[in-house]
Amino acid sequence: METKAHIEEHHVGYTTYVLVWLALMVLTGITVWVSYLHFGVFNIVVALLIASIKASLVALYFMHLKFEDKTTWIFVLYPIVLLALLIGLTAVDVFFRTTP
Amino acid sequence: MANHTVAETIHVPYLEEKGILSWILSTDHKRIGIMYLVSISTFFVLAGIAALLVRLELLSPGKTIVDAHTYNVLFTFHGSAMVFLFIVPGIAASFGNFLIPLMIGARDVAFPRLNLLSYWLYLLGTVIILFSLLKPADTGWTFYTPYSIQTGTDVILLTFGVFILGFSSILTGLNFIVTVHKLRAPGMTWHRLPLFIWSSYATAILQLLATPVLGITLLLLIAERVFGIGFFDPAKGGDPILFQNFFWFYSHPAVYIMIIPAMGVISEVIPVFARKPIFGYKAIAYSSLAIALISFLVWAHHMFVSGMSEVAATVFSFLTFLVAIPTAIKVFNWLATLYKGSIELRTPMLYALSFIFLFTIGGLTGVFLGTLAADVHLHDTYFVVAHMHYVMIGGTVMGFFAALHFWYPKMFGKMYNEAVAKVAWFLVFVGFNVTFFPQFILGMEGMPRRYADYPPQFHTLHEISTIGSWILGLGILIMALNLLRSLTNGEKAPDNPFNSLSLEWQIPSPPPHENFEKIPHVTDWTYGYGKKNNQEG
Ligand SMILES: [Cu+2]
Repeated sequence: METKAHIEEHHVGYTTYVLVWLALMVLTGITVWVSYLHFGVFNIVVALLIASIKASLVALYFMHLKFEDKTTWIFVLYPIVLLALLIGLTAVDVFFRTTP
Repeated sequence: MANHTVAETIHVPYLEEKGILSWILSTDHKRIGIMYLVSISTFFVLAGIAALLVRLELLSPGKTIVDAHTYNVLFTFHGSAMVFLFIVPGIAASFGNFLIPLMIGARDVAFPRLNLLSYWLYLLGTVIILFSLLKPADTGWTFYTPYSIQTGTDVILLTFGVFILGFSSILTGLNFIVTVHKLRAPGMTWHRLPLFIWSSYATAILQLLATPVLGITLLLLIAERVFGIGFFDPAKGGDPILFQNFFWFYSHPAVYIMIIPAMGVISEVIPVFARKPIFGYKAIAYSSLAIALISFLVWAHHMFVSGMSEVAATVFSFLTFLVAIPTAIKVFNWLATLYKGSIELRTPMLYALSFIFLFTIGGLTGVFLGTLAADVHLHDTYFVVAHMHYVMIGGTVMGFFAALHFWYPKMFGKMYNEAVAKVAWFLVFVGFNVTFFPQFILGMEGMPRRYADYPPQFHTLHEISTIGSWILGLGILIMALNLLRSLTNGEKAPDNPFNSLSLEWQIPSPPPHENFEKIPHVTDWTYGYGKKNNQEG
């Protein structure tokens, strides 16, 4: 896993940044709107889904993850897997609990 | 040895500069390592004294020296200080800091200032925790809700201190990961890295990724106490078991933050004193990573009787068995390394062998506890107390003592008295077993943990255990006096007293400030023992 110091110029124009910003604002609006609808348990799923999309946009463009090498990607993806485990396995506990 | 370029000129040894400022403002990884070593050892002694008092109270049924509340405070301080101030930073922060750059052929860690910041955060955390002793908490080190929400003692300050310590741990982990990726000397490929580096790397991953969850959990607990939000309160739609899920998501991997560095130490010590190449290098290296991965999947084995779902309990019981596999791989490989070696029983080796023996007992009793049906009987009894002390003292502390006696000459440039060190080892080994083995039996018979009192039928075993704690304490006292006295009175240490092939032994003792005169060019792994030209020299 030799990480070469590969320094290239990534010209992401202002247009991209503005578009990403607009997307974030729209998604924030959707989050607020969705909170007035009632999907039961799926409210959480929807909220987390939108939040994840926003976080990904920030990481990919604002934090330049899109242009990073494999090692960096591994270090980003692994914690996401762990977070999924934390939420997923805790959910296994909560949803399969038998109330006495 | 011929493989590495040895530093020819001796620069100023890193210990040369005097004065407190030259220490607390130093970005030298060796000095930061020593500061950690002094700090964690101090808390090891303080928390150890609390343990002696806990055992003294349990010498006889009824009140012996303290009342029940003071007893709760004592075991809470013992647990929190041992876990968060001693054993979590532990070998990783002290020996990790000192050794990682030396072992990979670097002049320092990747971010020396961040490293110093980690130490300051550690100090800040300890100060906050010491302040919390004005109104000391009585929750045990696990801070379970709902009691931690309701008790009138100072839970907030204690948990806030632990929260700050978490940042120290995260930054140290980050620093070590980048250091191992970026600063290896030319030729130091991943598969030539000393196994201590592999284990430090695995530990760093755990520190970096598990600790934030502890931080969040403790913040939620503080928010709950201050604002009464109701995360963990069923009356407000919360869930008390959620706290346990979060807490153990960190605290099970934390067990490996505590033990993996010690495993790395054992992998370094065994080949040197068996004069044989380490057996199964890759298996040991990758099993460290495997532990780091699997340890995130087993946390709820601490919660089988908490009222969690039975489906989840069954899944977690099964997953827990998996983590025994990489651990067993290490033990088998250490034993295979010893096989037909020309074993020299110096003090570090005695501690390393004790580690293998005691850790195996600790690990296997852990499998008992991971078994769902057995755990329902053994949960929250002294069996758990015995198990975790066999892992933590029998494992980590034995590894810590092995490291202390192995690298002491390199760190301080002095030799300790070998005969006295062996006497101390004997007392530690005997005292430890006399203290904790009876606790397995106590637990099987149903003695619950964390009680200040017990019915008379448990008296004899408690008495034996308390006497054992005195032997253990005496052993550690003799060891400490020996090491402290040798700082001034010890003989001057040669550069490589144990004939190790690892890079840190090819430079002067104590090492110069810049570690290496010239960055070494590595052409082989560090475990080529037993070849003709290395056998004696
Ligand atoms: Cu565990």
